[in-house]
Amino acid sequence: MHPAPSVILFTVLSGAGFGLLGLLGLGPALGAAPSGGLAALLLWGLGYALAGAGLIASGFHLGRPERALRAFSQWRSSWLSREAWATVAALLASAPVALASILGRPLPVAAGLVSGLICLATVLVTAMIYAQLKTVPRWHHWTVPALFAGFALTGGAILAGFGPFAALPALALGALMILAFRIGDGRFAAAGSTLATATGLGPAAGGGLRSFAPPHTGSNYLMREMIHVVGRRHARRLRRIAVLAGAVLPALILAALPAGILATALAAILHLAGALAQRWLFFAEAEHVVGLYYGAR
Amino acid sequence: MTSLPPPPAKKLGLVIDLDTCVGCQACVTACKGWNDQGHGAPLSDQDARGADPSGTFLNRVHSYEVTPPDAAARIVHFPRSCLHCDNAPCVTVCPTGASYKRAADGIVLVNEDACIGCGLCAWACPYGARELDAAAGVMKKCTLCVDRIDNATLAEQDRVPACVRTCPTGARHFGDLADPESAVSRLVAERGGYELMPEQGTRPTNRYLPPRPRDRIDDEAPLAPLLDIRPAGLAGWLDRVLGRL
Amino acid sequence: MSFQEPELDRSPRVSDEVRKTTCYMCACRCGIDVHLKSGRVSYIEGNRDHPVNKGVLCAKGASGIRQVTAPSRLKAPLRRVGPRGSGAFEEISWDEALGLAVQWLGPLRARAPEKLAFFTGRDQSQSFTSLWAQAFGTPNYAAHGGFCSVNMAAAGIYTLGGSFWEFGQPDWDRTRLFILFGVAEDHDSNPIKIGIGKLKARGARIIGVNPIRTGYNAVADDWFAITPGTDGLLILALIHELLAAGRIDLDYLARWTNAPCLVDETEGEEKGLLLRDDLGRPLVIDKATGEPAPYDRQGLRPDLGATWKGCRTVFQHLAERYLAPEYAPEAVAERCGIAAARIRALAGLIARTAFDEPLVIDQPWTDFRGERHAAMIGRPVSFHAMRGISAHSNGFQTARALHLLQILIGSVEVPGGFRFKPPYPKPAHAHPVPHSYFMPGRPLDGPHLGFPQGPEHLALKLDDQSPARIDKGFTWENPLSAHGLMQMVIPNAHAGDPYRIDTLMLYMANMSWNSSMNTGAVMEMLTARDEAGDYTIPRIIYSDAYASEMVAYADLVLPDTTYLERHDCISLLDRPISDPDHAADAIRWPVVTAERGAHAGVRPFQSVLVDLAGRLGLPGFVTAEGRPRYADYADYITGHERRPGVGPLIGFRGDGSQTGRGAPNPDQIARYIANGGFFTADVPAEARFFKPWNRAYQDWAVTMGFYDQPQPYLFQIYCEPMRRFQLAAEGYHERQPPEHLRARIRATMDPLPIWYPPFGDAAAAGYPLHALTQRPMAMYHSWGSQNEWLRQIHGHNPLYLPTAVWQAEGFRDGDWARVTSPSGSITVPVAHMAALNDHTVWTWNAIGKRKGTWALAPDAPEATKGFLLNHLIHELLPERGDGLRWSNADPITGQAAWFDLRVRVERAAPPGESEPAFPPIDFRGLQ
Ligand SMILES: Nc1nc2c(c(=O)[nH]1)N[C@H]1C(S)=C(S)[C@@H](COP(=O)(O)OP(=O)(O)OC[C@H]3O[C@@H](n4cnc5c(=O)[nH]c(N)nc54)[C@H](O)[C@@H]3O)O[C@H]1N2
Ligand SMILES: Nc1nc2c(c(=O)[nH]1)N[C@H]1C(S)=C(S)[C@@H](COP(=O)(O)OP(=O)(O)OC[C@H]3O[C@@H](n4cnc5c(=O)[nH]c(N)nc54)[C@H](O)[C@@H]3O)O[C@H]1N2
Ligand code: SF4
Ligand code: SF4
Ligand code: SF4
Ligand code: SF4
Ligand code: SF4
Ligand SMILES: [Mo]
Repeated sequence: MHPAPSVILFTVLSGAGFGLLGLLGLGPALGAAPSGGLAALLLWGLGYALAGAGLIASGFHLGRPERALRAFSQWRSSWLSREAWATVAALLASAPVALASILGRPLPVAAGLVSGLICLATVLVTAMIYAQLKTVPRWHHWTVPALFAGFALTGGAILAGFGPFAALPALALGALMILAFRIGDGRFAAAGSTLATATGLGPAAGGGLRSFAPPHTGSNYLMREMIHVVGRRHARRLRRIAVLAGAVLPALILAALPAGILATALAAILHLAGALAQRWLFFAEAEHVVGLYYGAR
Repeated sequence: MTSLPPPPAKKLGLVIDLDTCVGCQACVTACKGWNDQGHGAPLSDQDARGADPSGTFLNRVHSYEVTPPDAAARIVHFPRSCLHCDNAPCVTVCPTGASYKRAADGIVLVNEDACIGCGLCAWACPYGARELDAAAGVMKKCTLCVDRIDNATLAEQDRVPACVRTCPTGARHFGDLADPESAVSRLVAERGGYELMPEQGTRPTNRYLPPRPRDRIDDEAPLAPLLDIRPAGLAGWLDRVLGRL
Repeated sequence: MSFQEPELDRSPRVSDEVRKTTCYMCACRCGIDVHLKSGRVSYIEGNRDHPVNKGVLCAKGASGIRQVTAPSRLKAPLRRVGPRGSGAFEEISWDEALGLAVQWLGPLRARAPEKLAFFTGRDQSQSFTSLWAQAFGTPNYAAHGGFCSVNMAAAGIYTLGGSFWEFGQPDWDRTRLFILFGVAEDHDSNPIKIGIGKLKARGARIIGVNPIRTGYNAVADDWFAITPGTDGLLILALIHELLAAGRIDLDYLARWTNAPCLVDETEGEEKGLLLRDDLGRPLVIDKATGEPAPYDRQGLRPDLGATWKGCRTVFQHLAERYLAPEYAPEAVAERCGIAAARIRALAGLIARTAFDEPLVIDQPWTDFRGERHAAMIGRPVSFHAMRGISAHSNGFQTARALHLLQILIGSVEVPGGFRFKPPYPKPAHAHPVPHSYFMPGRPLDGPHLGFPQGPEHLALKLDDQSPARIDKGFTWENPLSAHGLMQMVIPNAHAGDPYRIDTLMLYMANMSWNSSMNTGAVMEMLTARDEAGDYTIPRIIYSDAYASEMVAYADLVLPDTTYLERHDCISLLDRPISDPDHAADAIRWPVVTAERGAHAGVRPFQSVLVDLAGRLGLPGFVTAEGRPRYADYADYITGHERRPGVGPLIGFRGDGSQTGRGAPNPDQIARYIANGGFFTADVPAEARFFKPWNRAYQDWAVTMGFYDQPQPYLFQIYCEPMRRFQLAAEGYHERQPPEHLRARIRATMDPLPIWYPPFGDAAAAGYPLHALTQRPMAMYHSWGSQNEWLRQIHGHNPLYLPTAVWQAEGFRDGDWARVTSPSGSITVPVAHMAALNDHTVWTWNAIGKRKGTWALAPDAPEATKGFLLNHLIHELLPERGDGLRWSNADPITGQAAWFDLRVRVERAAPPGESEPAFPPIDFRGLQ
């Protein structure tokens, strides 16, 4: 799939944003001391900013962004529509919790619990947009929501200033990434779609079947959007960067350095860089079955 | 909501005969021509006279090469457009309700006025049947020529999709695949019509008829010579041949 | 909330108005329904009622709208202001343009009319353009047939009285076995596709004989991956098998062909000609009497096996030749690349289909000898062939061999076989002979093109026997060049051989690019200057509708309209659009007007010719008082009479009720428009088969005006005119060939079909591969690339390599190769294809474009990755060390041997662009 900057930024930023909002909401329930005043303003503000930036980025992916409101209509069937609702719900539910804590009058723990869970659910719903697609076998797997959740929790925990505690989700995320890369590599083959099933020319072919000539020598939307070939070496390097920067290094930093703004900032920047690498790969390495028709694979 | 309707009583679709398609691309431009001026936004082209021309087409014709282990290689021309799936994932993923499947006849359409151009339906379609138009910003797909097939302003025989009407070899057939007595259903039954990517669970309406077996000339018996011409000579041959007249 | 399906308008009005005319993107000439919205073309679809396409359209026809809106269209007459080839022009008015043309052409006509060479491309008005040239008085006229398919056309006319080309078609509704030789697309595009569809629907068998297995050959049930240039061998081996088994149609041969005719075997100037009676009628032996009788005597039963005074029948000659072991399948298999067993199997299939299940139509008919037949017996095997056979230097004889095969199994003009489209059949001797006698200020002595019956009809000047025509058509080098030799015009004019010309006038032929051999050299010839610094071809006038490569080389450009903006006439005097059961013709008419804003505008070129003819006072185009006879082409179409009562169109003549013959009817075009743009006349049921011998057909043809009296004839298995040229080469004619051509004429002008290796093979050492082009179904030569839809389909063209070459050279996807022929080298992208003859490479024809043309961006893939094979093809064969340059053409017809090309292929580092790359043409002044 085409690693479009709009969707990469959208998923990374909104994931981190809702992770942060979610953990800020859940924090008290988890036993973290709620921050207040300026710190709260900055933290909640950052969460909203990230989620908002992600949303704005996602707008760039739309052909007709001015009609975006219509996306609320199909929540009963569409994960994308559900995501719209979830986003609004998360932003709305977090608002009083945020406001209250900024004003130094924290709401009952239950309120944060609810808003936090909605935020994390939002991330899962976003993941489901991808995980639901049978056409992209690499995505059509539980590891996708797990990864999205992992990133949200790790990013959220780092940004929320959980300090060394954030190393835990980070390490889990690292393991998950490695697992997801592994599993992902076999998904397309396991899904069973081949040029033979795509064309039905399998039985007749017996031997070889390949794309002889594309329908057009010119390019088209499908080829740009769904067919992206990543060099193996390039992919391996980026995978390493994703795991190291996105999980291992932040965990080390958070565990090793004294908790504080410096460690948090360093870990956060590394994590976001890793997340971007992972997300680029998430799209670029995902093969759509339509590529079969074009002989891509 | 754009959940799928219950299985329609009528399932309009195409049957494409891969034994007959010569890959002439007539259906490709006929489709472009009709839909450029018909239902919804025109099918735009970008960089139309430049280095990388690229435009929206609702029907494209591929060529595949089949190399059986024990026979000559061959080319199969393969048109590809929307299959109007029963279990259309493109419909259920759509957040706006723009993408829908008609309850009456199973045609899968996009309501372009409601489409936000998110592209998710194209991602959900295994067959590459949807293309986001770069000028209009909305999703385009084969409409099964919904503005032709019941068009009261057209002569009865013209109420077929543009691609079917134009196909010079008659490799494209249109009809109701839910009706086992329809011409298309009978073709499918006789010729072993099949679905594309059944493993995707989309339950397409369209069917493809497989190429017939090829290259069986070797099974033909040679002719028996009238006589051994060397001893008989031309005169002997003439006698035998003309004796039959 | 529950989902509401949106309201759809399922019955939108498609358009304000439909106007029915004829498509133009190829010579198929389908009927189209042009939809208009607010006066503009909005949609084009096929005309269901039209005899050619019955509603279907091809990819080009369905995107015709883009042909009309193309920004590459010319807008005004142009006068060259920069050097030739630069593309620098100024727009001028029509008055200036026509004034200039008259200023150039008028003195030529008065002084030396041969100094105008007027050649046209795939001109669909040849009966008109040739008449114009004839009236002008120049012998130098032809259309593109010489480089196109004259082998096929001439072999068909000389043998059958009609050819595959456009003059006949398989009996699609009845044939059970269809064998296709060397066709990718052909002129009859939609009828062939419709026909193949019919065969497929019935499950009839299709066999493709072609080195490449795409398109029609991809759907063929069996594929014969023949090595290029060897079809003649394959066909003669099939004939060998059929003869050896006695599986031939003796009755058919005896009745309808010259097989029973007696061949003179006495030494001397008549040797090898047919014995004739005092009236010149060929003689056969009547079985009843054992005595000679003219072939057409009432009630005659010709004897195939007769010998009379030492003279044997054609049948015996042919049996002797083809039963020889050299034509046995084993003997040819290796050269053809086809196993002997497969050739045998095919012969068996042909024989069984033809003879074991005869097709009978209960339709009595009467033949020309007066015999009444109770039914029409068919042989449901049919063939079609085109340039794969035609475009080789042995193409004429190969096409003759194929016709012989058809005749031997009795499958021409019978149910299930190959059938003629009226006004065909028409044998060679009923066609004109070539005319080339010119005099200042006078029209030519007759039509330029025709079918020589012997050396006396060659276009040689009476005084010094030098070629009368600039293309050396109808000379000893190519005696039967029935369509001229378009490919030789520029080289000969440049060389001043046989003489210098002054003005080259071209019409819709892209001669500086895809329609020339050796394109780079042709561009140099067009710009070459003599010692005085003048162009060696002093003046070039060109009519095109678009900014093509050729436009850049013209001094005066006369911009044409497109097909939707003019009158045209698809006439039976030309290449017919009839089918075997109907005579048909059609028109084009201006369904929209050509708007050209502030520019001088475009004019239909035919109307411009009518105008010029008036200004030049050409006979036939002016009244007795010297005033223009026709206002424009439409006026010519309705007013012109070829013979009294016979004009360009057969429909609505006289008072509108007459068909075929009748006085000119000023309302004719209006009547055609009202009738959907075309007219058809049914062939009577009794006249539908056996047309050359069928009284009902012959009589009907006379009433239609195809000819003035019945003219039944025999199929010419034995081609006497060819023998006359051989006799000359043997010394028996007052006209004698030059010494260096004697042996070749004797060898190649064999009156019975032969095979010889294509001339390109002589230079094959070091060039192991055959290189071919194919027409893409979705492109028309150079001119589809300006179409924004079509160029997305074919924006560039790889060279396809067979598996053996691909693997041996270690090619990978995306690679490039250097391709070298004896005359040049190109570097181009390659791709792999397994469904390909092992010794053949190929690419799509005419995709490559010169930078700056067709209003495409300079970095358009057509120019950066696309390429022409033409750079590798020379109009002359490589030097042989005999001091002569032999042309790369069929020695009989002069047909350009495009497909004789031999090459070698090596991997090459990808250059930035396909090579050779030419400097861009700067057409900016035009836009
Ligand atoms: N779409 C489209 N239609 C066209 C045209 C066009 O440009 N585009 N051009 C028109 C014109 S001008 C013409 S002349 C006709 C030509 O129509 P075709 O005769 O179909 O011409 P080509 O495309 O040159 O195809 C020649 C075929 O012969 C095969 N061939 C080459 N050498 C041999 C051989 O030795 N033996 C055999 N058996 N096969 C061989 C090639 O593989 C190829 O398939 O098409 C007309 N129709
Ligand atoms: N390598 C290779 N070369 C070949 C062949 C091959 O098989 N292989 N085939 C040969 C054959 S058979 C042929 S017929 C030739 C074809 O070669 P050409 O006859 O040169 O074919 P086109 O490229 O169609 O060029 C026709 C010109 O007519 C112009 N034109 C189009 N419409 C109109 C109109 O309405 N009015 C006027 N006045 N002009 C118009 C176009 O713009 C174009 O410039 O190519 C030959 N060249
Ligand atoms: S083919 Fe694709 S676009 Fe058409 S209904 Fe099926 S899934 Fe949807
Ligand atoms: S692109 Fe349009 S039709 Fe497709 S899912 Fe998005 S809103 Fe629905
Ligand atoms: S049915 Fe209509 S929209 Fe669909 S491919 Fe055919 S022409 Fe195009
Ligand atoms: S029009 Fe018919 S024959 Fe041509 S590509 Fe389309 S389906 Fe195939
Ligand atoms: S075959 Fe195509 S281009 Fe040729 S006349 Fe017919 S529709 Fe037009
Ligand atoms: Mo041609």
